[in-house]
Amino acid sequence: MPKVTIDGFSIDVPEGTTILQASRILATEGKMPDAHVPPAMCYYTKLKTSGGYCRTCIVKVSKGSEKDPRPMPKPVPSCRQTVMDGMEVQNLTAPDLLEARAGVVEFLLINHPLDCPICDQAGECHLQDLSYENGNAGTRYEFARRTFDMIDIGDKIKLHMNRCILCYRCVKTAEQITDGRVHGVISRGDHAEISTYIEQAIDNDFSGNVIDVCPVGALTDRTFRFKSRVWFTKPMDAHRKCDKCCGKTAVWLSGNDVLRVTARKDKFGEVEDWICNECRYDKKQIGDWTIEGPRKIERHSVISQNHYESLRQLKVDISNQKKLLEVAHVADIKQN
Amino acid sequence: MLNNLNIMNNEIKFSAEALAIVKQMISRYPDGKQKSALLPVLHLAQAEFDGWLSVPVMDYVASLLSIKPIEVYEVASFYSMYNLKPVGKCTLEVCRTSSCWLMGAEDIVRHIQNRLGIKDGQTSSDGMFTLKTVECLGSCGTAPMLQCGAKYHENLTLEKVDELLDKLATDNKRTTYLDIV
Amino acid sequence: MPTKLLLNNEHIPGINTLQVYRNNGGYASVEKALKQMTPEAIVEEVKISGLRGRGGAGFPTGMKWSFLAKPAGVPRYLVCNADESEPGTFKDRYLMEKIPHLLVEGMITSSYALGCNTAYIYIRGEYFYVSRILENAIAEAYAAGYLGSNILGTGYNLNLYVQVGGGAYICGEETALLESLEGKRGNPRIKPPFPAIAGLYGCPTVVNNVETIAAVVPIVNNGGEAYSKIGIGKSTGTKLISASGHINKPGVYEIELGIPVEEFIYSDSYCGGIRNGKQLKAVVAGGSSVPVLPTELILKTAAGQPRLMSYESLSEGGFQTGTMLGSGGFIVMDEDTSIVKNLYTFTRFYHHESCGQCSPCREGTGWMEKIMHKILDGHGTLKDVDLLWDIQSKIEGKTICPLGEAAAWPVAAAIRHFRHEFEAYVMQPSSIKDVKHYYRLNNIEPIPA
Repeated sequence: MPKVTIDGFSIDVPEGTTILQASRILATEGKMPDAHVPPAMCYYTKLKTSGGYCRTCIVKVSKGSEKDPRPMPKPVPSCRQTVMDGMEVQNLTAPDLLEARAGVVEFLLINHPLDCPICDQAGECHLQDLSYENGNAGTRYEFARRTFDMIDIGDKIKLHMNRCILCYRCVKTAEQITDGRVHGVISRGDHAEISTYIEQAIDNDFSGNVIDVCPVGALTDRTFRFKSRVWFTKPMDAHRKCDKCCGKTAVWLSGNDVLRVTARKDKFGEVEDWICNECRYDKKQIGDWTIEGPRKIERHSVISQNHYESLRQLKVDISNQKKLLEVAHVADIKQN
Repeated sequence: MLNNLNIMNNEIKFSAEALAIVKQMISRYPDGKQKSALLPVLHLAQAEFDGWLSVPVMDYVASLLSIKPIEVYEVASFYSMYNLKPVGKCTLEVCRTSSCWLMGAEDIVRHIQNRLGIKDGQTSSDGMFTLKTVECLGSCGTAPMLQCGAKYHENLTLEKVDELLDKLATDNKRTTYLDIV
Repeated sequence: MPTKLLLNNEHIPGINTLQVYRNNGGYASVEKALKQMTPEAIVEEVKISGLRGRGGAGFPTGMKWSFLAKPAGVPRYLVCNADESEPGTFKDRYLMEKIPHLLVEGMITSSYALGCNTAYIYIRGEYFYVSRILENAIAEAYAAGYLGSNILGTGYNLNLYVQVGGGAYICGEETALLESLEGKRGNPRIKPPFPAIAGLYGCPTVVNNVETIAAVVPIVNNGGEAYSKIGIGKSTGTKLISASGHINKPGVYEIELGIPVEEFIYSDSYCGGIRNGKQLKAVVAGGSSVPVLPTELILKTAAGQPRLMSYESLSEGGFQTGTMLGSGGFIVMDEDTSIVKNLYTFTRFYHHESCGQCSPCREGTGWMEKIMHKILDGHGTLKDVDLLWDIQSKIEGKTICPLGEAAAWPVAAAIRHFRHEFEAYVMQPSSIKDVKHYYRLNNIEPIPA
């Protein structure tokens, strides 16, 4: 099995594993702090051919493999690059890589409305997390942001295209887990948008899953819209007998009111099992569900009570390292 | 050439001649890969149905190739040669990238704008001309140039543009990419 | 007399017809290849020839061919990239329009060498009329028995089709081209896998530029060794150069690789000097994506050696002082040209042509165009110039396909070599040399001199 080292943490993984998967295994097995896992905005384990678009998961390959130790000339998308035996990867330990990633984050944000205060996704938004962790405080973009009209795609899903980062996840979800995709990516370049082109409802037993895969607030659940900030609701693991899906969900409670139902997501924000629209939209009584207990939210996000400390410490460590590097460079020059 | 389209009762249907071409196009690809014919068939549809692709036309193309309508919308909106809105009979596509700019494409564009009283992307009030500024058409050595239908009009001067516009107005015919020039 | 291998017969009337073409030695390579050579031998000749991809990247063709996977029972495809859209480049159109049979012949010989029984020529949609010329040539070739089944009685079968695109620069990128050929949006694929393993319909595929395929004809006819003796060093053979801009004789020239750039610009056999007696200011030597160079660096390298028209010489000095041969789109600018305005047309181009798949290119190209527009409008600041530099550096190398680099390099080069011009625009817009364009852009009447 090829051995790969990510930021100094090593693991043997099966042939064909990507760098991102390897780092997630390291984190899941507790062998590496979560913060070293590259962020992923478009890659989704359950969706074939996903990944490679957003470029946030780029990493630096400082050693290609045991056979060919040359470093790779450009940063590579860790979600698509498979590991080679002896490969050495730098994520948080490469200051230039972090700067490149900050650049990607800046690109993702220049046309994003930053309307978090009125966005239902706030608190569990991956773009929010990404920006906090990798972005800069201000923006250098001073032009009008690209805007689209909001559309209702059927009576359950709101498409707020302004917020979209074109991760293609919802398109792949519709393609791969529902029959009869009616939405896609229309136009090209920075005019590209997720759209049905003509007014059309996405109506399918599993169509609601596009809401769960959306990393931002572009696709939101109309039955939950403006009901509550997510951090005021209590996520509970719950299940019911369902003949369409697994019936295992997370219900988000306020008191005894079921405000919304979502799929259960793992620590990397990916759903564990797809759920059907009946469970998602129609079972909003507490009696519809068998409550298993409070759901542990592992992600370092607002809903997990602002635990940014560990990450902040890491950033401090890295900036110290960067300074050390610079000092080393100066020393080099002086010696010559 | 293929203008005997059947638009009676709003029915969108290719002529028998065009259908034969579609069939022949599909035969160029392996079995089950008929989607490959999408781009050429869209060109044909645009030429047959008034120079643009309406939703019913695109749905019709989808049905011919046994693909989902959204797959056609995705493709038609990606490529710059497909018009998703009605256009004039003659679309003047003026190149304005580097070499054409160096040789005075701006003057050509402004001249057309002034003469027709339209801006980039607009259609003249008589429905005759649509002005479209485009990026490099691969005619840099004969710049400035414009494309109208299938024809490249090269080494343009303001006089040549006037002559061309006069001629097109007199001919009063729809130009398409499929024209034989 | 300079050696010509591709355009040597262009002046002959009727060379676009099969009969005249054949009377002038046409289709000899098909006869020779199919009757006397094994496919492997042809690949070997192409390797020996040192032929490099003529679309822009300059990758050795023989090596590309040898990467083609050959699993049993799986069809292989040869796809010709005729989606010529790099600003400044029009050689492929010229070649296909003048001598369509040269491409058809090259396609047959190359397909045989690669073991393909189906081949496509993907031509950009705007060249619709050229696609008809090719289709006529193909029909003639079918009728003469050079295409179809049992070609020349050798048992080899080949079907060749022309596919028109829909208008998208990005389809010149080989995987975007394959997507487009499959009837999809022209979104470049994420590599690996490379087309040589999984290309068209998931089958092994070679994608080659028109000129590359055409060059296979003289290589098979005269041998790879003869081809490799033309040119200089690793830049073997001849190259079609599309010359445009402020020169006396714009057009397509077939040159022996290695002639001095100065000769190419000023000799009457080629561009014939700068028109209207003006001075040379700058040259974009290989299509819009390669770095622009000022006169002193395009005529001579930083080391003071004459700059030659070859892959190596043009790139000598890296991007600090050099550029690239690219696709051979040679855009010449005279002393009155505003580099800033020219760059604006480039940034607008790349913004327009970005497919929108990956974030740095989708967002960055639009941002750069907006800043360029602001600078041209006279509202720019010195900070904007630095910001442009920063944005291009954050696009370069972070994207799925080379369009990111193609959009970033011209910006970097213009700032690197002509920063003073940007500064003039942002510091005192009214004093810039190119006032005509400045006022025009702002719809202001110029102040009479």
